[in-house]
Parts: sequence; C-alpha cells; structure tokens
Amino acid sequence: MIRDPEHEKMPRKDLEQLQLERLQAKVRVVYEKVPFYRQAFKEKGVTPDDIQTLSDLTKLPFTSKLDFRDNYPFGLMAVPHDQVVRIHSSSGTTGKPIIAPYTQGDIDTWSEIMARTLAAGGATKDDVIQNAYGYGLFTGGLGFHYGAERLGASVIPTSGGNTKRQILLLQDLETTVITCTPSYALILDETAKDMGIDLRDTKLRLGFMGAEPWSEQMRGDIEERLGILAINIYGLTEIIGPGVSVECPYKCGMHIAEDHFLVEVINPETGEQLPYGEEGELVITTLTKEAQPVIRFRTKDIVSLNPEPCDCGRTLVRMSRVTGRSDDMLIVRGVNVFPSQIESVLLAIEGVEPHYMIVVDRQHVFKSDELEIWVEVSEEVFSDEMLKMENLEQRLREEMDSVLGISAHIKLVEPKTIARTEGKAKRVVDRSEL
Amino acid sequence: MRIKQVSVFVENQPGRLEAILKVLEDKGVSIRALSVSDTAEFGIVRMILPDAEFGLEVLREAGFTTRIDWILSAHIPNVPGGLLNSVVRPLADAGINLKYFYAYIEQPAEDKAMVLLKTDDLEKAEEVLKSL
Repeated sequence: MIRDPEHEKMPRKDLEQLQLERLQAKVRVVYEKVPFYRQAFKEKGVTPDDIQTLSDLTKLPFTSKLDFRDNYPFGLMAVPHDQVVRIHSSSGTTGKPIIAPYTQGDIDTWSEIMARTLAAGGATKDDVIQNAYGYGLFTGGLGFHYGAERLGASVIPTSGGNTKRQILLLQDLETTVITCTPSYALILDETAKDMGIDLRDTKLRLGFMGAEPWSEQMRGDIEERLGILAINIYGLTEIIGPGVSVECPYKCGMHIAEDHFLVEVINPETGEQLPYGEEGELVITTLTKEAQPVIRFRTKDIVSLNPEPCDCGRTLVRMSRVTGRSDDMLIVRGVNVFPSQIESVLLAIEGVEPHYMIVVDRQHVFKSDELEIWVEVSEEVFSDEMLKMENLEQRLREEMDSVLGISAHIKLVEPKTIARTEGKAKRVVDRSEL
Repeated sequence: MRIKQVSVFVENQPGRLEAILKVLEDKGVSIRALSVSDTAEFGIVRMILPDAEFGLEVLREAGFTTRIDWILSAHIPNVPGGLLNSVVRPLADAGINLKYFYAYIEQPAEDKAMVLLKTDDLEKAEEVLKSL
C-alpha cells in the first residue's frame, strides 16, 4: 500500500526539483551552524551558492563515521540543545558511540517515514505489530514503535530477548506482523519448535527485517519456517535509524525515501560517483533532518541503485540488498570475502543450519591468510558414518572455495556453539577472542 | 539381530565426551557398548543403550546433535578367529561392505563376545549372519 502517493509516486522531475530545493536549504544550514562543515566546505573550496543543480552534489565533502567520532558528542549538531527532544546512539562496538539527536520535527518526520515503511511492506492499521527490535538507545525499537502507532496499528513493544515470552504473546495476542533482525527471526523459530509450536500455525503473516546483513537464501528460509512474507528494510543511526529504504511486496529492491534522503553510489577507492546500476558504496545526504543533518555520509554499505519505475507504482529509486559491508569485509590472500557469501553457500546445502562463524587471526600476521569457517552440525546432516561426515565437510569446503575464490578451512561444530545474538549477529571473530 | 544405536556428534576437545557421559549418568542411563570414531576436529560417539529413544531424548535435550540408526549385533565365540570366521569372512564372501564395527566381551559369559556392525546392506548382512 502507498501511504503518501504525493511523494512516493512523484514524477522524477518534480522529485528532483524538491530534492534540489531541500539540498540547497540544508547546505546553507550546515554551513552556517556547524563549524565542522564550514571548515570542510572551505577545504573543498565550495560555498552553498555553488549548489545550483543536483549534480553539484559531488562538489561537497564527504562525512565519514570517523567525523562523527571526532566531533563526539554534539559537534555535528545544527540546532541549539533546547531544540533536542530525544537522543539515540549506536551500539558503539568500536570506540565512541555515534550520537543521534532529534528535534520534535525529526521525530514527526521519522514517524511518518516509518509509517510509510510499514505500509509499503503491506502492514495496515488492522495489524498487530510485535516489535522485537531493542528498545532504548538503538533506533530500531522506538523507530518502529512510533511508525506503527502513526499507522494506527496495535503495537506490542516486546523489545528483544525473553524469547519464550515473545512466542507466548505472539500466539495469545494474535500477532500478525513481527519486526526483528533476521537472525532473531531464526531464534524465534528455533525456540518455538522447542516449545512444540509451529509459527506457521499462528496468525503471523509479515515481517520487517534488517539491521544486519542477510541474504536472499536466508529470506527464503525465514519465510518458509515462519510462514510469512519477509520484507527487507534499511537504515542507519547516522542518518535517522530505520526508514531510509524498504521493499514493497514485489521484493525487487528497497525504495529509498528520496524526498528525505539524497543517495549516490561511489567507488569506495576513488570517491568517484558511479552511474545507476553499478555496485559501490552508498552515500546519503539528509534533506530534511533538523538536529543533525548529514552531507554525503559514507555508509560503507555496498549496494547498487535501480531507477526503473517499480510495478508497485513508486517512482523512488530502489537500492539492492546490501551485498557487503566494508567493515565486515575480510581480505584473505588478497581476495575480498563477505560473510554474506558464506551464508549463501550454507543455505544452499540441504539441512545445513545457517549458523556459522568466521574465525580470523589478526594477532599473528604470519597466519593472517588463513580463513576458518565454523559450521554447526544439525540433526538433518549428522550421520553415524564417518565417511558421510567427511563428505559433508568436503562438500562445504569445495562450495566455499568456488564461491569465495580462495580455500577455507571448514570446522564442524556442535549446535549452539556459536553464540546467538539477539541484536546484530557477530559473524567474524578473532581467534584471540575464543 | 537388529539393534538400535544412538550416535552423537562431538567436537574433539577435552571434556566433550565427559559432557555426554554426564548427561547419561544424571538420567540414570547405563551404556552397554560404546565406540568413538574421530578426526582431528570432531568425533562420532556411537552407543548401545538399554532404551535408545530415551537416550536420544535426554541427549537432545542437553543440546547434542544425535540420531538413532538400526545396526546389527552378532554373538561370536571368544576364541582366536572368532570375529573372522563368524562375521568378517561370511560378509566379505557375500560381497557386503562393513562400514564400521565395534565389539565388547559380554560378562559374565566370557566365552562369548558381541560385535556391533553397520554394513552397506542391512538385510542381506542379517541373512548371512542368521544362516551361520
């Protein structure tokens, strides 16, 4: 369903005019209010007056995650503190967390974008939405909560964790829509099975999943196990949280809320803008954000953009599934390895659990070209015959070799050896952490 | 005769076999026979338990990957050549391939031993052994 046809179906020419006007206004704001941007503009020899067309965007400097850290906590803010009504933050696994302040206007915009997001996937005011994204500093929980309320649906704010209670409520309150990370969807299924419950027998029909990389095979697996349509969503704390883009039920790319976010794809090495269709790093400029507008944020997410109109009627550009995150990308013997490639191999083999962990050795340089992949052995693939187990190991090794282009050491491990996380799945572990 | 065997996947690490045995001890399950096949990284623990289904259940509950298979058991005389003449040669002569086997000496009748085996053809192997 299209909640806001005026913007979601806007003719490209009108949309681009709207984007340009909003960009010009925003560039002026950051130039005047944020010393970091004034300095960065100066270094590039650019002023707000130089932005005459959308293609002038490339004249502007990039903003990186590092710039957020360097200006921690409020150095990128463009409004006085008394305008801020809420502050979110990233998990901050490396160094200082990313701080995300919101004005009341930002909260209103975000709520509306999230209502659009839910509607795009097929949720309506008649749905019962169980929101299993973490509530608190993480943007996922409250982002979906406000969007679901804006939509008029019933929200069950379960947050993450306490999986048995999640399943009890899901059954008894007749939840129709689940919002959670893809790995948590699999945990829900495993726990439900342990409780003797088949989620396909419940009212659950739809899921909104994101916040971590996942593959098309994993989607198929989740849809089959939970008996739902699983919609891919995308967002980042630095930009707004969830709501940047979402799939429609055609599942052919995530429609970017382009009236709020101006996107480009660049070559991550040179910073050069790439044409539509080419794979590269997604760069986002916020067009309406008040508290902390961001110019040309380098997301590190590898995607491609598709400008073709979608069958759903939206004119908004679609972005591909994130095929890799340069943070997660491993370089093994000079070859780029993405965890999503490993996942696709596992899911293609009947009965193999998609639970895996990549062990790298960053401490010992001489061993740094070894890639070890731990794979959990499920009852479906376990055999009492050693030959069959060795064949499984060999098959995994061969398929990994052909997909990754380098050889990996496969280690079969007992189930539940690999930690299940209820937030973002940790797929790459350094040997020293084991 | 046919007998049910419980197998468990186990990582080749100190304490893993102990963890399996502890589960069985806690649930009062005795082990009638046991064998372990191993590689450098993992092993398969195969066991004959008084009640295979119960054993499977308690191990599965404890989080192990486990399964039940039908295999064959055969009594052999505890004498030189006992295994060769009562099991291995007759099966070889019939063209049946042994996938694995293990043996134990039955108490108190020490003149007999029991072998447990899996072949590529359960029915045919069963016939061969019965006909002896």
